[in-house]
Amino acid sequence: MSNTVLAILEQRENKLKKVSFEVLSFSKNIASKISAEVIGVVFGSNIDNLNDIHKYGISRVIYYKCEDLANYSPSAYTDLVIEAATETKAEYFIFGDTALGKDLAPRVGARLNAGCIMDCMSVDLTGDSIVFTRPVYAGKALIDIEFKSDQKVVTIRPNIFKANVSEVSQELKVELKEVSNLNLKTRVIEYKKSEGKLDVAEADIIVSGGRGLKAPENFSLVENLADVLGAAVGASRAAVDAGWRPHREQVGQTGKTVSPTLYIACGISGAIQHLAGMSSSKYIVAINKDKDAPIFTVADYGVAGDVFEILPALTEEIKKAKA
Amino acid sequence: MKVAVCISHVPDTATRVKIGQDEKLIDPTGVVYIINPYDEFAVEEALKTKEKFGGEVIAISVGNENSKESIRKALAMGVDKGILLKTEKILDSFGIARALADEIKAQQCEIVFMGKQSVDYDDSIVGQITSELLGFSCISNVVDLKIEGQKLFAEREIEGGKEVVESETPAVITAQKGLNEPRYASLKGIMASKKKEILEKLIPDTENLTEVLRMRKPVAKQPGRIIGTDVSAVPELVRLLHEEAKVI
Repeated sequence: MSNTVLAILEQRENKLKKVSFEVLSFSKNIASKISAEVIGVVFGSNIDNLNDIHKYGISRVIYYKCEDLANYSPSAYTDLVIEAATETKAEYFIFGDTALGKDLAPRVGARLNAGCIMDCMSVDLTGDSIVFTRPVYAGKALIDIEFKSDQKVVTIRPNIFKANVSEVSQELKVELKEVSNLNLKTRVIEYKKSEGKLDVAEADIIVSGGRGLKAPENFSLVENLADVLGAAVGASRAAVDAGWRPHREQVGQTGKTVSPTLYIACGISGAIQHLAGMSSSKYIVAINKDKDAPIFTVADYGVAGDVFEILPALTEEIKKAKA
Repeated sequence: MKVAVCISHVPDTATRVKIGQDEKLIDPTGVVYIINPYDEFAVEEALKTKEKFGGEVIAISVGNENSKESIRKALAMGVDKGILLKTEKILDSFGIARALADEIKAQQCEIVFMGKQSVDYDDSIVGQITSELLGFSCISNVVDLKIEGQKLFAEREIEGGKEVVESETPAVITAQKGLNEPRYASLKGIMASKKKEILEKLIPDTENLTEVLRMRKPVAKQPGRIIGTDVSAVPELVRLLHEEAKVI
């Protein structure tokens, strides 16, 4: 193995995602431990903010530039990561734990017979070997885990690792790759965006509602608060199973496990499946009538009162604070 | 069409996880095991596929004797036969995928369904690895699927929307909640399942590519404080979020 860490970057609608910069910083950390170089790998046809990666201390990127790669193609992307792997003899492959990263990383692992450590939440670089920590049972437990394979695939959970700005003296070298005969056997032919809303998996702030809201139309209270905060709307399983909210908003086991900076739980009592999915949020606010609800055991700040009174007041107060 | 559905036998999501003495696995005492919730969507889709195109549905599970319970559940829903790929070892996702791929190949299945992840290790990678080992296509996290001859059209859930994916058989499809409404096993189905065959095969020893050093509980969050019980608490809450937490 040469000492290379490949940072697989992700763009959507021609913009590198925030998680990609986190991937770069994470890769730099791994690289410093094993005295390796970080090389970015990116796919697309016209990426607006590619030069931003230089700010994060990256001076080399392999760019597979082609109209057909603007949308994800599992078969083509896998082939090309393997091509980059062969060319650079990379030891580590770092992805964001996104829908794309989750799909692509194991395919790369399978081709290389490389172990995969998914959804990494922290890494310990102090010992002889690198030890990764990831959640299991939706976060009810953690495992410390290491690789046995020569090549290693890691996905990192968004919003956990900081994207650190760092200077490099070298200019950014973009290696444009000619691509031909792409294997497009499996490919995305259309992207259907949900109506203008942020996704809970990517949001810095989440306002979630549960059965305490009593009816689907009352979620407007949650949406109003989310709007003033620039937050995503989440929901408990009860609210989703009742058909009040779409499954993509469900937080918890059998939904999404999230780690935003701020999580506001409204009318959610805190079933164990829900707590597992959101306890790793940095700050948690709970608003619930029942002061004995389990949600208060994980909340930093609680208001044991009526969501129907508190939510509008909170929305107004934050509007004032932001004005 | 020969259809495989891969099943995993997992602790109920209501389980309060306790760490076992070896600090590598959970303590199974008192834990109720169920069919992986995402696998129920996979079973339903497998049955619908058979109903539409004819053929046979085989449920395959990697695990110990206890996994038969979840295979039985799939048989009760209407799956034709079960195969238990037996091991006492704790395999990583690669080991599981290798065993599944070998069996799927031996059974000559054209389409394979499984849950997008098992709610124990939450890796969400077994389907993709299995497909690569078989040289099959794979679409993961699927909430809608249409099969037209050799062509597959699926919608997969991603951040902020859905991707429409075109692919072709043979393929592995991993099921996300929303793909369908899994049927309940009828009484007749449950009775019939008792007569259905579950084939047992020992799987060859395989090396894990990752090693769990330790399983532990996350540091429990210290409960904070209840600031108030009505709207009068709101200004204080906003002040704390602004000045103490510095999040707004």
